[in-house]
Amino acid sequence: MKLNALLLEKKTEIIEKWFDAIVACYPPDTAQFLKNKKDRFTNPMGATILQGIENIFDKLLPDNDCSDIAPFLDNIIRIRAVQDFTPSQAVAFIFLLKKVIREELRQEIQENKLYEELLAFELKIDNLALSTFDIYMKCREKLYEIKANEVKNMTFRLLQQANLICEIPGYRPDVKDDDNIKK
Amino acid sequence: MAKDQTPKADELFSTIDYKAPEKSWMDTPVEFKPGTFCHGSRPKYLELLHMPYPKEWKPGEEDWKLPENWKEIFLDGMAERLKKYRSFKLFMDICVRCGACADKCHFYIGGGDPKNMPVLRAELLRSVYRKYFTTSGKLFGKTAGARELTVDVLRELWYYAYQCTECRRCSVFCPYGIDTAEVTIIARELLNLLGLNTDWIAGPVSNCYMKGNHLGLEPHTFKSSIEFFLSDIEDITGIKIEPTFNRKGAEILFVTPSGDVFADPGTYTAMGYLMLFHELGLDYTWSTYASEGGNFGFFTSNETAKRLHYKIYAEAKRLGVKWILGGECGHMWRLIHQYLNTWHGPADFLEVPKSPITDTAFENARSTKMVHVAEFTADLIRNGKLKLDPGRNDDIKLTWHDSCNTSRGMGILEEPRYVAKSVCNHFYEMPENTIKEYTFCCGSGTGLNAGENMELRMRGGFPRANAVKFVRDVHGVNTLGNICAIDRAALTASMDYWVPGIRVAGLHELVANALVMKGEKERTVNMRNEPLPGKEAKE
Repeated sequence: MKLNALLLEKKTEIIEKWFDAIVACYPPDTAQFLKNKKDRFTNPMGATILQGIENIFDKLLPDNDCSDIAPFLDNIIRIRAVQDFTPSQAVAFIFLLKKVIREELRQEIQENKLYEELLAFELKIDNLALSTFDIYMKCREKLYEIKANEVKNMTFRLLQQANLICEIPGYRPDVKDDDNIKK
Repeated sequence: MAKDQTPKADELFSTIDYKAPEKSWMDTPVEFKPGTFCHGSRPKYLELLHMPYPKEWKPGEEDWKLPENWKEIFLDGMAERLKKYRSFKLFMDICVRCGACADKCHFYIGGGDPKNMPVLRAELLRSVYRKYFTTSGKLFGKTAGARELTVDVLRELWYYAYQCTECRRCSVFCPYGIDTAEVTIIARELLNLLGLNTDWIAGPVSNCYMKGNHLGLEPHTFKSSIEFFLSDIEDITGIKIEPTFNRKGAEILFVTPSGDVFADPGTYTAMGYLMLFHELGLDYTWSTYASEGGNFGFFTSNETAKRLHYKIYAEAKRLGVKWILGGECGHMWRLIHQYLNTWHGPADFLEVPKSPITDTAFENARSTKMVHVAEFTADLIRNGKLKLDPGRNDDIKLTWHDSCNTSRGMGILEEPRYVAKSVCNHFYEMPENTIKEYTFCCGSGTGLNAGENMELRMRGGFPRANAVKFVRDVHGVNTLGNICAIDRAALTASMDYWVPGIRVAGLHELVANALVMKGEKERTVNMRNEPLPGKEAKE
């Protein structure tokens, strides 16, 4: 697997460029902030994106198994799902990796005729893109669920008090369980 | 046949642009994005409060139904406030745009919109100030950072004035001590001169004005809500509690945000108060009139805040109590601590609060006569007056969220920690730059805890949630404690989105779990009716 070795060799450059491409979607001042502020607590968005794409990259490597990649995608998409992005913009970051790799490894790929390996690798990215839609939708659904739960929390006691709720022993409104995020 | 409106694939593709435009902030017009702003105030609320220009309006629509002379009203209002508030004038003048505050706002950190940098958010109003109130701005216009007040500028001011929770984290970092929250406060006040409040704020304000609490519940409902807790408490502890309401001659008036009485998980904290005061045999009373510690008037205008605020003291006077004990609320305390004396002068008709159990005089409350329940309980524990079994909270791994108003607004940092550590064996701090005076806001304060702006709330809640996630991953933390009713509601939502599995609890819920009461039956469940550690049903 020559591509695997190449990707590993150029990992730092690829991650850096991928990160730059992702933060370039934000206004210039914000992009600077996301890049330059290193503390993970004062710049949680930058830190989460950087850590997330590193993990995603590692999992995507041709020699690696990427079946447990979802949590890393989730961390990034969860942020973008509540920001000023359209759904396509929110998940587009995954495709930027293709662009970065093609640019970064163009020469080596041409010289070593690695197109087939590249195609296989890009297919993994495409599959990953499908997962991003699922995660994005789960995040959005979660938002609506939270809205509904807030109304329940605010009114449950009053309804109970007004005898408008038929109590089943041991039953409480189900606001904690969440299968969506158990991965 | 109708024309096919479906865009072609290449048309769609050509609209995808990953890069943000590079434009000066003044040339970037505001765009009202769904999920980031609240509904406009309904006229009935403003009418009831005699606030100007009530109308049906939608912030996302072009026509805000402004009065013809709206610009004059706004600028006159600004001139009046520049004269009245020295702080406002100072904050308009002295910012050197050093950028120290720029990356300190939770909305900016979590959302990335540059106009949420505190410096730029304030600049939205400062640019108008320069244009109409400074010579350089009048002469040099844009070059001097000045701009005309137009409808678009007004819309932008509104949009961002309601994307600031007045948490004051930015002010901690400002070398000049500029309090951007004060700028937001004035901006909202000016917008209210044109009838531009949000419904989520105007509703509670008018309810509070008429009925004493945000939900507008009448005295008998308020009373029966508290009584409703009593049967739960009796089931859990075997102890029957009989609190009093509006009792003249009680030593202490107890006031807490109505969120504690109506909304889970605040209700468990309210049960905690009831149990603690019963155990102490405290001579106190609840009031169905001062039935709200919160004051959304503070998010409207100084005048509105003042009108709502004094009911607590009017009630204390009417009932003839000696002093006031206040529950776990956020902005109630900022108002008591920072505004009360300016508005109404010291509450000299009351006595300096003195704990009847420990004889501790709360000198810090000499002027306001109001003691925070966390201080009160910390003093009890310090003096060994409570029998506690922290083992009952052994299933809890606690971290502590400092609520903005009580930490930055009045310096309550150690008392809740002292109480929490006394009732919980497992306590873990979040990283230093996210707690105490550096605490991150829950993201939903100042009346932003509505449903329609959930995306905004989640962005604002992200920095706090990120720190919680860290202690969850490192220490297995499962509970986020705090002393603010808005926190209890807002963090519940925020945790649900960002760090599922973390529960949110008030301090006195934890106290109630650990409190060993005289004559109690063997406790098997906590305040949420869940089995205590070691008391789980055997399968």
